[in-house]
Amino acid sequence: MSDAAAVQSPWQVARIVRIEKRTPRVTSFFLQPSRPFAYRAGQHVDVRLTAPDGYQARRSYSIASAPESGGVIELAIEKLDDGEVSPFFHEVAAIGDEIELRGPLGGHFVWPEDGNGPLVLVGGGSGVVPLMSMVRHRAARNSSVPVVLVFSARVWDEVIFRDELITLDDRQDGFDLVLTLTREAARRPADYSRRVDVAMMAQAMARLPEPPGLAFVCGSNAFVSAAAQALIDAGVAAENIRTERYGI
Amino acid sequence: MVTRGFSSGRRPPTDDDARIPPGQYLEQGFPVLSAGPTPRVGTQDWSFTLKHGPRPIKKWNWAEFNALPQTKMTRDIHCVTAWTKFDTSWQGVLVDDILADAGLEPPTGFTLAHAFDGYTTNVPVKDLTAGKALVALLYEGKPITPDHGGPARLLVPHLYFWKSAKWLNGLQFTTRDEPGFWELRGYHIYGDPWREQRYTDDP
Repeated sequence: MSDAAAVQSPWQVARIVRIEKRTPRVTSFFLQPSRPFAYRAGQHVDVRLTAPDGYQARRSYSIASAPESGGVIELAIEKLDDGEVSPFFHEVAAIGDEIELRGPLGGHFVWPEDGNGPLVLVGGGSGVVPLMSMVRHRAARNSSVPVVLVFSARVWDEVIFRDELITLDDRQDGFDLVLTLTREAARRPADYSRRVDVAMMAQAMARLPEPPGLAFVCGSNAFVSAAAQALIDAGVAAENIRTERYGI
Repeated sequence: MVTRGFSSGRRPPTDDDARIPPGQYLEQGFPVLSAGPTPRVGTQDWSFTLKHGPRPIKKWNWAEFNALPQTKMTRDIHCVTAWTKFDTSWQGVLVDDILADAGLEPPTGFTLAHAFDGYTTNVPVKDLTAGKALVALLYEGKPITPDHGGPARLLVPHLYFWKSAKWLNGLQFTTRDEPGFWELRGYHIYGDPWREQRYTDDP
């Protein structure tokens, strides 16, 4: 593979300039780094919180915004009830607060710049976040690379970026959105209401003019395992599947 | 810089702070992380090859490898994604015993570990020998599951866990310290959790 080494950067202070609730469990925090940086769609940043007693907690969050969106980066953070960082963002963080962050990070789960043919993106829940950066990047540069996004959520109201994704889908410019709801009936004619499986992957890929060059899969470990296996069973070579797992 | 409104009160509890490297938190589960799909490697198809540069030195099949002396090791492990897990128990073959079986003194100071999915990671010889590392065959007394790297994974517990390559199929001595998969993609060439060597430009 030919990924360029990621360019590193030290910790820096970023200011929260906007907060937008996306779904009942996911809120976007827009951060303005004091030293803006270039990044590739799919990369993440590390965030560090420091308590008065010196204790520090750090977590990685994928960037949802497109590299073209200027100096402000969007992190869409899901609240994990037993977490220590995501509840801080959801319950405490306010516009004007300063947070330490470091990035961009990650050199594998990134939009390929050198033309790898059509792409299949598969996201489960907040696993859609780095894929959203890719979809927005494609739109921002008016790319003609065919892309199909299969996005699995539990219910319609938990489809993060729903209106924006449907608007992009309606442009019919080579981006296709496939939604699948695991706990609710499908709302759009060609969508699904079940967990991702090989038939769904085959049908999604049939929307592309030619077989995909790469597939990107992001979500929980169980979701990524199932989706990656479904892609393999639908004919995608394992070495062309890049995954990012929350770990759990 | 103190973060407004953040306190250590949400921190996952631990009774032993001294065992947690900087920036890490204590995890009770065993998270799974990998860059691609989980390969399913059957023990009948498994082999382990020791190489010096491009030259194979010795190759073991599953039965031959399992016949080597086995050692148990219980260690804390530290993932670069910030979780630390205490007291993970493994059993396998010390790298020292692999070299002894091959009748090989380390010919260079560096290695690349290789895996069935094409993954590589570099580890200096001094971090693999003198009882520091093993090729693990069992986790908590049972065969290692595919998502945790079975049939066999490298265990180098004193370095960040990406160095403990899953689905291991070989160890190659290299003349220079050659960066592996993640080391080419922004992660630290050595990866000492106690010095917080996460990314390329960490000291």
